[in-house]
Amino acid sequence: MSKTLFDKIWQKHIVDTIPNGPDVLFIDRHFIHEVTSPQAFDGLRKRSIPVSRPDLTIATADHNVPTINQHLPISETLSRKQVEMLTKNCSEFGVELYGLGHQYQGIVHVIGPELGITLPGLTLVCGDSHTSTHGAFGSIAFGIGTSEVEMVLATQTLLQAKPKQMRISVEGNLNKGVRSKDIILYILAKISASGATGYFVEYAGSAIQSLSMEARMTICNMSIEMGARGGLIAPDETTFDYIKGKEFAPKSEAFDKAVSYWKTLHSDSDAKFDKELVFKAEDIEPMVTYGTNPGMGIKITENVPGSEHLDGSGKENFAKSLKYMGLTEHQAFAGTPINYVFIGSCTNARIEDLREVADLVKGKTKADNVTAYIVPGSRQVRDQAEREGLDKIFTQAGFELREPGCSACLGMNEDKIPKGEYCVSTSNRNFEGRQGPGARTILASPLTAAATALTGKLTDLRTLFV
Amino acid sequence: MKAFKIVTSTCVPLAIDDVDTDQIIPARFLKATTREGFGDNLFRDWRYEADDSLKADFILNNPVYKGEILLTGSNFGCGSSREHAAWAIADFGFRVVISSFFADIFKNNALNNGLLPLTLSSETVTQLLKDCSKNPDLSLTIDLENQVVIRNDTNESFSFEINPYKKLCLMIGYDDLDYLLSQKEKTAAYAETLDEWRILKR
Repeated sequence: MSKTLFDKIWQKHIVDTIPNGPDVLFIDRHFIHEVTSPQAFDGLRKRSIPVSRPDLTIATADHNVPTINQHLPISETLSRKQVEMLTKNCSEFGVELYGLGHQYQGIVHVIGPELGITLPGLTLVCGDSHTSTHGAFGSIAFGIGTSEVEMVLATQTLLQAKPKQMRISVEGNLNKGVRSKDIILYILAKISASGATGYFVEYAGSAIQSLSMEARMTICNMSIEMGARGGLIAPDETTFDYIKGKEFAPKSEAFDKAVSYWKTLHSDSDAKFDKELVFKAEDIEPMVTYGTNPGMGIKITENVPGSEHLDGSGKENFAKSLKYMGLTEHQAFAGTPINYVFIGSCTNARIEDLREVADLVKGKTKADNVTAYIVPGSRQVRDQAEREGLDKIFTQAGFELREPGCSACLGMNEDKIPKGEYCVSTSNRNFEGRQGPGARTILASPLTAAATALTGKLTDLRTLFV
Repeated sequence: MKAFKIVTSTCVPLAIDDVDTDQIIPARFLKATTREGFGDNLFRDWRYEADDSLKADFILNNPVYKGEILLTGSNFGCGSSREHAAWAIADFGFRVVISSFFADIFKNNALNNGLLPLTLSSETVTQLLKDCSKNPDLSLTIDLENQVVIRNDTNESFSFEINPYKKLCLMIGYDDLDYLLSQKEKTAAYAETLDEWRILKR
């Protein structure tokens, strides 16, 4: 019988099946961090059971860490205690920790791939919804809650019902100035923030295949924003080239063996999906969000939409959203004054993102009204940026290159956007208060964010090339 | 986990779609390392002003609406995987959330905490939201065993779906971890079959 890529991986990981119930899935990689793991470790203690596979458990501190002075003790008491709790738990249960100051520390979804821990054909989970990022390698990766973190710690398995499957294809050549962030914001605008709830998504088509691994990660990262538990892309030569030589990736013979298996990981030509969508790359332009969920996106050249086509609660929700954002229906959006720019998060804080930003801002200076943060996704990304001299370019342009962490993406630490202020952000969520109480988030690509920082207003980056 | 059988209660009607977990419990309240006490900050920024005074126009602050059932718009619980959202809702005193559909991770998290995410048709939810807003005394009976919701004013009933395994777990207060631990031998046998490249060597 023909199978999808997802079917092939899922089937290989089934330990057992409950009749009329979910499957018991073996989990190959479990990433943990300080925020969603403490209650899970507590649960193990209560039951007096060990971590089943510390060798497959990867720990780092990212969500709740400061992005300056990481060499000093964390000044905020609750945050310090939470990070110390992770250290204590890892030490007690024998889990290796890439904590603050460690050369491998960083956002879980950045370090997994860059260390060669993330590979095709695996199951990967983490108590974080953006675990979908790892699907870019052709793996089944999804976010879980803390009770499930406890289950994986205790047994290295999870009970999961097989989701429905959707394939989203993007065909053709991308327009100038369009990046993978624009592709995913475009898809989101087309299918809404709940358009893939209940599904796992495979991304396919020539435009997706043309992307680098880091660009593919940006797409898979935001699968959750359309409600999909995860998204994946069939591995190819781009994938194998990226993995080869990475720190913990299989080496020599083991690598060759793996590649020959990974080459079988694609959907069969007659595989059936529960839903199929096809988009044309040529229709995609640089995108921004104007509302309070990631599905509320427009081309940067467009005005804020109206509510004519909505009724009932839809109309009320739309009005609530625009009110929060301080916008009115049909108003022009590009040109809106912007005081904050955040370049970071598991969506867009990899070395390629930083290189693109550096290329755009080199020899230029940010607008006076703008505070521009660049928060690298990991210690390795920051070190690489310094080796390439990007740090100097950023400093000269007036951008502040900080230390790695989730930072202003979720505003858990002190990196918050003030109430009422717009922030053009390369992160993944524009929910009310996400970047701080009252903060107004506009999601965009790193190029759009950088262009906006230079002009001090929401800017179509293509106008800077003219 | 507390066993769930029948709940009869009035509802709190929260007529908002796409309620994300950042609204249910903002990230700045995720610093606690226990499961308790999150109810205090449930819907924090909708419930409270910046100076911690109550926002009079938010439904949870209106004393006429109370009960163990949260009635809400579509796509409830979207966004972050934080289980703190389910903890906060349960800690506040809700035992059931009714929506026309839930985000997948939230649904699992709720079920793992004895909180029933109950799906009814969009038309039914819209009608219930309207009627409960008008009549705060309207009560519903949720009968998990028979998978039915009964409107106690009209005696109308609405059936709902739930995975049979998850239903059983809720009814006897059994959780997935109990089951998975009982399967350890099978898991160990499976782990023996892993290809070399799948094992992480550090």
